[in-house]
Amino acid sequence: MNMQSYFPVPPGVGMEENFLSLDDILLSHERLPVRSDCAFPRLGFLEKSADTQDIAEGTKMELPLWLTKGLYEKKRKVVSVELPKVYREGWRTVFNADPNVVDLHKMGPYYYSLGSQLLHFDSPENPDIAQTLLQTFIGRFRRTMDSSQNAYNEDTSAVVERLDSLEKGLFRSGQIGLNGFQSWEKGQATQLTASSLVLNYRKRKITDIQP
Amino acid sequence: SINCEATVNEAKSEGRTDLIPSIKLRHCCLLRNQRCLTAYLYDRLLRIRALRWEYGSVLPANVRFQMCAEELQWFSQYKKSLAIFMRSLGGGEGLDITQDMKPPKSLYIEVRCLKDHGEFEIDDGTVILLKKNSQHFLPRWKCEQLIRQGVLEHVMS
Repeated sequence: MNMQSYFPVPPGVGMEENFLSLDDILLSHERLPVRSDCAFPRLGFLEKSADTQDIAEGTKMELPLWLTKGLYEKKRKVVSVELPKVYREGWRTVFNADPNVVDLHKMGPYYYSLGSQLLHFDSPENPDIAQTLLQTFIGRFRRTMDSSQNAYNEDTSAVVERLDSLEKGLFRSGQIGLNGFQSWEKGQATQLTASSLVLNYRKRKITDIQP
Repeated sequence: SINCEATVNEAKSEGRTDLIPSIKLRHCCLLRNQRCLTAYLYDRLLRIRALRWEYGSVLPANVRFQMCAEELQWFSQYKKSLAIFMRSLGGGEGLDITQDMKPPKSLYIEVRCLKDHGEFEIDDGTVILLKKNSQHFLPRWKCEQLIRQGVLEHVMS
């Protein structure tokens, strides 16, 4: 709903997640390559590849972020997290060379957020990962901001489809600001409008009639 | 399969610490479900709250139909809190802060009727017939709610 009075819980910043943020819930659904450092008795049914009663130590699995975070312990070996391809040295070199070339939606779509969450798992490459995330963002930000402020009433899908979710949010904010300004310039800012609830309901009724 | 309570008891009574990772994993799943449900219910409340501001104090039947008893009760209490607050403004005189959310430019505005709404009385006693497609020049404060509800449309010259 596009309402001016609806303020959903925003995603957390950096390594933090907001418990009630729907965006963070979606983010934490993303999977990570993980290796079990202990056995998980009686949970063999979760691992479709092997037909065992238990998950053995050393099993490689893809676990969602929320489960990985829940199981990971700094001092004890429960699970080890491998770096997904995009965060490894090979791809980091590409990002460092020219961050604007990459399709971050395909690489993500939560490239920055997932990258930040990865830092929880104490990889020795953490400083390099953090650095790449930051530099990539800085490198791309200017173009994202420019296009969001200059594309008025245009089809922006070509630009947007290569952005990661964080950049998409920024782009959208830029567009909202731009459209708001344009509407104010035209004297439309004071026009009273129907609640979006009414507008959405009307749209749905029309589609009910159509075969 | 893992029957949680039995497994927990076994871990405690028989000292089966090897079962702890599995117990912990299942606990993570429970927390996850709890998080999803809580966030969902909370988001619904945020939207319901927004409806008071965007639509008005009486929600249409089709929306009320989608709300559970607790949500209806919450909306009613929120309405009341807001009303008490608004009455306390302006030195006790009260101020409807859900009105004039866009800065008003004039006292009267041109509106077009989008659906039949019957008779409508304005402050000086005159009665207007709101018939579909009729246009009227009316006091802004009288129209705001009907515009929000999609009965009238604000016509800009």
